[in-house]
Amino acid sequence: MAKLTKRIGALVLRLAAFGAALAALIVMVTSRERASFFAVSLEAKYTDMAAFKYFVIANAVVSVYSFLVLFLPKESLLWKFVVVLDLLMTMLLTSSISAALAVAQVGKKGNANAGWLPICGQVPKFCDQVTGALIAGFVALVLYVLLLLYSLHSVVDPFLLQKS
Amino acid sequence: MAVSKLVLAATSTKSCKVLLGLRVLAFSATLSAAIVMGLNKETKTFVVGNVGNTPVKATFTAKFQHTPAFVFFVVANAMVSFHNMLMIAVHLFGGEMEFTSFRLLSVAILDMLNVTLISAAANAAAFISEVGKNGNKHARWDKICDRFATYCDHGAGALIAAFAGVVLMLIISAISISRLAQPNKCSSSTAAAPSVLP
Repeated sequence: MAKLTKRIGALVLRLAAFGAALAALIVMVTSRERASFFAVSLEAKYTDMAAFKYFVIANAVVSVYSFLVLFLPKESLLWKFVVVLDLLMTMLLTSSISAALAVAQVGKKGNANAGWLPICGQVPKFCDQVTGALIAGFVALVLYVLLLLYSLHSVVDPFLLQKS
Repeated sequence: MAVSKLVLAATSTKSCKVLLGLRVLAFSATLSAAIVMGLNKETKTFVVGNVGNTPVKATFTAKFQHTPAFVFFVVANAMVSFHNMLMIAVHLFGGEMEFTSFRLLSVAILDMLNVTLISAAANAAAFISEVGKNGNKHARWDKICDRFATYCDHGAGALIAAFAGVVLMLIISAISISRLAQPNKCSSSTAAAPSVLP
């Protein structure tokens, strides 16, 4: 009974992580704003920055992986592989959030020493959507860390200690 | 079957030496990345205009503290190299301590946390450097690498060392996790037979 609740808890966690990664992906992809100032038209899309493109790709990979693991049967031997893959996905998530956050911070505050002006003043809606995508990505990261600890616990304790 | 063979191979004494060697490599890679980026500074004087016939010169400095991503990079690399140093010390001098599952679990969890930390730091610095190298014409951000070439070169060297550290930390973390499955002692005084849990 405890095992069943644990398994259901893990499934719920993975579904939530899938949802969060998918939400981050969708919010980032649909962030687009056109602004015009001084007779110059400026369109901000997520493809403008390489870091945002990497964020979209990383979250797409994580979403697809989560979706596939949702359907992994309980007795499959691949669960040991899932531990390493979970670690890889966590690494991918942190790196994508970190990169997008670094670039978004320059976009919001600018970098006076390099002569880079902040752009959030001209495209506030784009900046808000990017912020939302980053928050969703962070939620996915926290869920993935919990999932990693859970799969470590489930792979190390029951499966291998009971093998003689 | 292949997985259990891999697990068995990961717990022999030879893998203890391999793990130690990898940790030394990761320690040196992350430490050098932190030091190279921490000492990254370039001062250059440019001609910014002309007043009459005399050129007006201004001195600009490129330091790593100007960019928060690089500050995070230096701090994270220092933390990961400290973690590796601690693990090496525990490995070499902690042989008399009991090899409980708590010790192995804490090593595995700490390794996982540090893998995520170093990958985040390396990636943030990489993408900021990409903006600095190529500029971004959509946001009207000029590139700075054409003017501060030495700064960019040192930064690139630190980045390469950090990415080597990322790969090494990932392998170390995988080995630590597989050692959770079948713990054995790594001290040089005991015999080299791996213990199989009943």
